[in-house]
Amino acid sequence: MRLACLATALMAIAATLAGAAHAFETEEERRFPAARPGSELRVISTADTAVFTPIILAFQAENPEVAVTYVTASSRELMKALYEEGAQFDLAISSAMDLQTKLANDGLVRNYSSEATARLPAWARWRNQVFAFTQEPAVLVLSKSAFADLPVPTTREELIRLLRDNPERFYGRIGTYDVRRSGLGYLFATQDSRNTESYWRLTEIMGRLGARLYCCSSDMISDVSSGRLALAYNVLGSYAEAQLHENENILIVEPGDYLNVMLRTALIPNTARNIEAAGKMIDFLLSLGTRPELTRKTGLPPVDPSVFDRNNAFRPIRLGPGLLVFLDRMRRETFLRSWVSSIEQ
Amino acid sequence: MSTVAASGSIRRRLTLQLAAIAVLLSVAFFLIVRGVAEQAAGQTQDQILAASATSIADALRSEKGQVQLELPYSALSMLGSVSEDRVFYRVAIAGRTLTGYDDLPLPALPEATGEPVFATFDYRGEPVRSVTLSRNVSIGERPVEAVISVAQTRLFLGAIRARTSTIAAAVGLAFFAVAVSLSLWAAHSALRPLERLALSVTRRGPKDLRPLRAETPAELVPLVAALNNFMERLRASLARSEDFIAEAAHRVRTPLATLRTQAEIAYRRVERPENRAALKEMILAIDESSRSAGQLLDHAMVTFRTDHLETEQLDLGELACDTRNRLEPTAELKDIGLELELPDAPALFEGDPILLENALRNIVDNAIKYSPPDSLVRIALHICGGDYVIGVCDEGRGFGTGDLRRMTRRFSRGTNVEDIVGSGLGLTIADEVARAHGGRLELARNKGGKGACVSLVLPRP
Repeated sequence: MRLACLATALMAIAATLAGAAHAFETEEERRFPAARPGSELRVISTADTAVFTPIILAFQAENPEVAVTYVTASSRELMKALYEEGAQFDLAISSAMDLQTKLANDGLVRNYSSEATARLPAWARWRNQVFAFTQEPAVLVLSKSAFADLPVPTTREELIRLLRDNPERFYGRIGTYDVRRSGLGYLFATQDSRNTESYWRLTEIMGRLGARLYCCSSDMISDVSSGRLALAYNVLGSYAEAQLHENENILIVEPGDYLNVMLRTALIPNTARNIEAAGKMIDFLLSLGTRPELTRKTGLPPVDPSVFDRNNAFRPIRLGPGLLVFLDRMRRETFLRSWVSSIEQ
Repeated sequence: MSTVAASGSIRRRLTLQLAAIAVLLSVAFFLIVRGVAEQAAGQTQDQILAASATSIADALRSEKGQVQLELPYSALSMLGSVSEDRVFYRVAIAGRTLTGYDDLPLPALPEATGEPVFATFDYRGEPVRSVTLSRNVSIGERPVEAVISVAQTRLFLGAIRARTSTIAAAVGLAFFAVAVSLSLWAAHSALRPLERLALSVTRRGPKDLRPLRAETPAELVPLVAALNNFMERLRASLARSEDFIAEAAHRVRTPLATLRTQAEIAYRRVERPENRAALKEMILAIDESSRSAGQLLDHAMVTFRTDHLETEQLDLGELACDTRNRLEPTAELKDIGLELELPDAPALFEGDPILLENALRNIVDNAIKYSPPDSLVRIALHICGGDYVIGVCDEGRGFGTGDLRRMTRRFSRGTNVEDIVGSGLGLTIADEVARAHGGRLELARNKGGKGACVSLVLPRP
């Protein structure tokens, strides 16, 4: 995931080491030296360095003896690194809940428990191994100019009707994840297919209207804000919120029928060496709810069970063996075959 | 009195045995509850595993000559609904893995029964429970065998085991505590009649040999019957010996009287001084013998009458006066003066006149007996607080250095009287009479001089 516009001057020592020493491909590797001599924490993450920098700096302010090496990679490469190559990392942070679950299920993750993990709601952890620290909904992002004279759809059915009624306006101006390339897009799409019958109809209509396929939320958001897209479906809400300040043309709609919510999770792989610091980092991540300034700087909404009271469409994706189903080789093939035949017409 | 050596305690044994039973039952309870809970948990897991495998089998279909499987979401999510156990699965067609974990072992299936087979083994570092079943899928014309295996780790079982163990242990301990306190109580209440019986025997007076009539549980009836029987025999035997003594004394006294008369006649007739001296000795000895026989009779009478007091109103002063008058001739023989000191008012008392007279006579008789010739015996009746005190003081040799309390025992005599013939019954009789009337006998050494003081203390009505 690239969130280039959030890059800050703090990235002074940024080093891009694209997989020279590894078979898996990393995007960026950066070292945050410790203020005092101590241990080193190696983190592999799918979140951009720029997004995570404030968190790491705040963590180091409390733990000055921990140096942090932050390596970013796509969720698929992260999986490859830990599952196939046994790469040495102390902490893995990923938005791909299914892959994190598979790592834990297949016995590649250490147990960890602390007061902070005990306080987590049951839906935000699995097996004392996978811990969610953000809740990020999949939203619709609309271009205000495109919808100037149109009603704003609040459910998927309304969206289908709108697209069906106005094909000429939306042709070529719809964006969504290419689920073949994006792990998160695949996760959202499979959950959609579980949650509603309308998903396949929606995909078919988007296919008919020549939907453009993206790898990443940030690209979709910038295309909506530039006006190239009229709407983007299944965009990470947190990224879109971050863009709202700078761009007045975009409108974020949380579907009212149900709202898929991705939980960004952290886990300690078996290959971890600095388990103590990894545990401290997990506790720190779980305390994001009490640090509003970090939420503001990173745009990562912390886990907050009270959303259920405000929004009854809120559906956090359930951690657990159910997520393994769509990782099944045959099931994935079948799903992708259906998806491709719907979207490519 | 000898103490009985206790060999073990019924209460302790009863309590320990009941507690041991409680321990056994508690442990059995714990094991059974845990076993049942584990079995139930194991069955639950097996059922969910079987349901999961069945739903996978149902999703198998053939398409274009190939077996296709769209893994149902519920097949794995149902396994995640009860616990956070790791889940593995494998689907194989004719021995070749179609999808799932290639290395998940497939146990041998019995020939085409369609029944699921359960197994427990270690997989990927943890014990797992697996279910395997087979299903025939048609590819074109011919059916092929699809083998579906679903496995799950057993954390859930461990958690249930830990939880039920905790609960069962807590309940078992509580059960044990309740059982022990109940067994303490049971032991206590079972032994209560025994304690009551012991208490009612202990509380009895030394001469109370009446049969026990306390409420007696059936188990103690033989003991109480034996005890009553024993006491009855004891009473009969005591009565017999008293009778025997009285009879013997009586039989001895009559010939002694005859003998004395003859000896006196002979004494008057003989003139040689050595013969006279011998006869005098003889008369004294006969006197002493008849006195002893009289006291034995008195004692038997007193023993009998103290059990059945025949009381009437009497004046103690009059009693003392009578006694002095009766004993005056004896005292005069030894030139002993008998002084009597009485209060002005009559000292009224409810008592058995024969016994009281007997007691006082024995005291005064004793005093005369141990007084030297030409001395004084003083009898005085006082009212002292709530008591009448009839004191008899002499100027004799006193009680010596022995224990005064010992003096009232039967046949017990002072340490300084070996030279005087005596039965040792006099003070015993007086003491028994005093006790029978709720009073006591007090012995003291004469203050300010030699001699002894014996006081008969009786409570004023």
